[in-house]
Amino acid sequence: MEMIVLKKTLKGNTTENNSKMEEILEIYRTTTIENVKVWYKAAKVSEFPRNGGACIRYKEKQIAIFNFERKNIWYACQNVCPHKMEMVLSRGMIGDENGIPKVACPMHKKTFSLESGENLNGDLAPIATYPVKIEGDTVFIGFSE
Amino acid sequence: MKKVVVIGNGMVGYKFCEKFVASEKQREFKLVVFGEEPRRAYDRVHLSEFYAGKTAEDLSMSSATWYEENNIDLHISEMITEIDRKAKTVANHRGIKYEYDYLVLATGSSAFVPPIPGVEKEGVFVYRTIEDLEAIESYAKKLKSKGKTQAAVLGGGLLGLEAANAVKELGLEAHVVEFAPRLMPRQLDQGGSDMLQSKIEELGLQVHVNKQTEFIQGNETIEGLQYVDDNELKVDMLVISAGIRPRDEVAKECGLKVGLRGGVIVDNTMKTSDDSIYAIGEVALYNNMIYGLVAPGYDMADVAVSQITGDLDNTMVDHIDMSTQLKLIGTEVASFGDALAENDTIDAIIYENKRSGIYKRINVSKDGTKLLGGILVGDSSDYNALFQIYNSGMQLPENPEDLILGSRGSENGSLLGDVLDLPDDAQICSCESVSKGAICGAIQEGTCENLGEVVACTKAGTGCGGCKPMVKDLVDATLKSLGKEVKDTICEHFEHNRQELFDIIKLKGYRKYDDVLDNHGKGDGCEVCKPLIASIMASIYADTANEEAPIQDSNDRFLANIQRNGTYSVVPRIPGGEITPEKLIVLGQVGKKYDLYTKITGGQRVDFFGARLDQLPKIWKDLIDQGFESGHAYGKSLRTVKSCVGSTWCRYGMDESVSFAIELEERYKGLRSPHKIKGGVSGCIRECAEARCKDFGVIAVEGGWNLYVCGNGGANPKHAELLAEQIDNATVIKYLDRFLMFYIRTAAPLERTAKWLDKLEGGIEYLKQVVIDDKLGLVDELESEMGTLVNNFQCEWTQAIENDEIMKRFNHFVNSEEPDDNLVFVPLRDQKMPKQWK
Repeated sequence: MEMIVLKKTLKGNTTENNSKMEEILEIYRTTTIENVKVWYKAAKVSEFPRNGGACIRYKEKQIAIFNFERKNIWYACQNVCPHKMEMVLSRGMIGDENGIPKVACPMHKKTFSLESGENLNGDLAPIATYPVKIEGDTVFIGFSE
Repeated sequence: MKKVVVIGNGMVGYKFCEKFVASEKQREFKLVVFGEEPRRAYDRVHLSEFYAGKTAEDLSMSSATWYEENNIDLHISEMITEIDRKAKTVANHRGIKYEYDYLVLATGSSAFVPPIPGVEKEGVFVYRTIEDLEAIESYAKKLKSKGKTQAAVLGGGLLGLEAANAVKELGLEAHVVEFAPRLMPRQLDQGGSDMLQSKIEELGLQVHVNKQTEFIQGNETIEGLQYVDDNELKVDMLVISAGIRPRDEVAKECGLKVGLRGGVIVDNTMKTSDDSIYAIGEVALYNNMIYGLVAPGYDMADVAVSQITGDLDNTMVDHIDMSTQLKLIGTEVASFGDALAENDTIDAIIYENKRSGIYKRINVSKDGTKLLGGILVGDSSDYNALFQIYNSGMQLPENPEDLILGSRGSENGSLLGDVLDLPDDAQICSCESVSKGAICGAIQEGTCENLGEVVACTKAGTGCGGCKPMVKDLVDATLKSLGKEVKDTICEHFEHNRQELFDIIKLKGYRKYDDVLDNHGKGDGCEVCKPLIASIMASIYADTANEEAPIQDSNDRFLANIQRNGTYSVVPRIPGGEITPEKLIVLGQVGKKYDLYTKITGGQRVDFFGARLDQLPKIWKDLIDQGFESGHAYGKSLRTVKSCVGSTWCRYGMDESVSFAIELEERYKGLRSPHKIKGGVSGCIRECAEARCKDFGVIAVEGGWNLYVCGNGGANPKHAELLAEQIDNATVIKYLDRFLMFYIRTAAPLERTAKWLDKLEGGIEYLKQVVIDDKLGLVDELESEMGTLVNNFQCEWTQAIENDEIMKRFNHFVNSEEPDDNLVFVPLRDQKMPKQWK
């Protein structure tokens, strides 16, 4: 009898947190160039560290933007790491794995492809990625809404 | 689309799902899984680690989204109570029905509770699920608060010993009570059991063999065990671990054939007496046996998947190997093949060394050609090799005793000779059934290029991990046979190890990461090589972590330790743990002003938690204005030099340990190294500063200081070893300068001093020759390098708050002044803690 009560409380808690988590993840959807409706003017190029990242806010979203200066390519993705749901990916270290550009989460070093969003060293859900364009000295991020 | 219903979401049930989704035919089926526990399948083999701090989530076999991603319907907390074989439906405890085309029973087993009068009393537990462990833990707490400490574990088998150790870890006096005359009666003979018993008794567990319990004493609550021999054992708690019973209730009720003592009877296709129903794992009775190990369970899962998806050739082998290798309460134990056989077709060869606590036995065929089984206690390093010789029926050496005694006098290192001589079908990883052929083939065919890839693609070594050394040997040998060099390179971007990179950077004088990458590496770098090169440059040029921020380890980049909700902790330096009341008040005021969770650390300082990124510079400015500086708690660098109060106050003190600790901490503060470094200074041999648990420890003795090096606490505690005796302050500093610099130059990335010394050929004696006798002619260089680092120390937080460019790093958003609004805190004992999502 006792066991069943315990199960219920446990389940209750998890469901509440799960739905909160889903809510956070829900707003991040991978956007391709074709789907872009808004090119949001994020910040000046000089605001971003060379070969590193920083975070911007767009409506209720937090987006991590990375400047691969060595290759002159920029990437953007959700700032939230799907592992423990913390807003930290922009503070991660960037690099590549066999040529795939990646970011390593500063919390537990989970790595994600910045092209496909795929978790490269585990089986976490992929992260949402967004297109970036540079015009003059300004960084723009593409959103579908 | 056909529907496969799996009842049970334990390790084997999960493995069935994993193998199923890997099958090509997967799309033709829909998988529905029921588990009665409130959580997804978890690793029951490592259940005891729950007490060592692992969470249920850490033990989980898969991520939260795995089932959904693979299109599997998982119903947890749902118990199937009825099978209707005619209608081909199952029903849960609420009466809801689900149809199936194939049904897989993976209901596992429950703990067997022997019918001893009194097992229902309060304080009697079983050891099987996470809920059981939680109940044991909270009961143990209750007992301790009442001053009660005695706990018994009924059953001296594998799981019983695990349980006993867990009970001991909870702070109770643990007694193991076994009915048989020896421990692990299925795996060990008397000699092996005696050795194991003496080893675990050394660690404070008490063992009682040959004890049959008649009843459990006490009224409502357990008070003791009454044995049939009129003796008794007074205990306050009992954990029963006397074996398992298959969970075959639903199967029995729907009329499936079951064995006399339980278990659903299956044939070698895992099929039960009903053609649509399969049984796998601990509920399946195969060859009239229940197999309580995970490896055969996984094999059964594999066979069932094949049979259901139409690969009818894959069947269960006739003879199931029950070999085991594990570490029990710090003691290595292994048993393989026919370990206990005593008859006239067998010669047993036994080696016993009570001094070093080692017992080895091998059973050899009378003609001396075949290895039939064996037992290893205290040292199982030869298990993999012996198991292979046994399993693949290899020819034995002329003197079979060489297998356990080593071939005396000859040069032949490995028991096996060359690992590549093993037959291709030799099973290397028994948890995942991976053969030598599969491992070597993965490299020969070009699918994989290194150990990591081989593990990922074959899954070898991902179960219990016991075969990892052999997998590595095979990978290395295969690469070598193909003419590929095997090197301990740091990552895919550099073909060098850390020491080589150190020498290159120093020789060429590189100051930028990109210069090193462009000239000596490839690609864009990664989270391994970037901080490593940052650390090397810091050790050569006395750079602070503000130099080239994006390549610094993520904690160094923000000069703070990131904590579980993405906020940071703040630790100012308090050298030697000495602090004035005025400064202590300042710390209190800062903690209050920013509403930080505050705790005293193990290194005698104060840690503030919950600081937002944007708050860090403000907090540090306040601290620095009041005379504090960075404590480098976030760095792979010197943390603290812990001290006891020493001869200034202590009536036993032999010397001023606080003064010396402050001097050493001030000298080495900010020193970047391959891993963190901690120090300690004790004023006498009572060792209140726990100096021997540190990377360097100094203890005052008659006539000077004793200097110890290369100890650590943590996951693998190790006492530091004596480097020099009765030396004065200046000599301690001289030797420490040399020792630390030598370590910084030569250690592998993230290798602490203890592990470094372990790998150093010649060990502590060699280190003495280098540091004291100057065997390498290096000491002047080492001392001058350390001198440069000491003279160029800068507080990197002071540097940061004075520089606007560096300050930009601490804004959460680059396009908004606002802080992160995603943070939620909840109250905790008058302070706060992060709300947890997962």
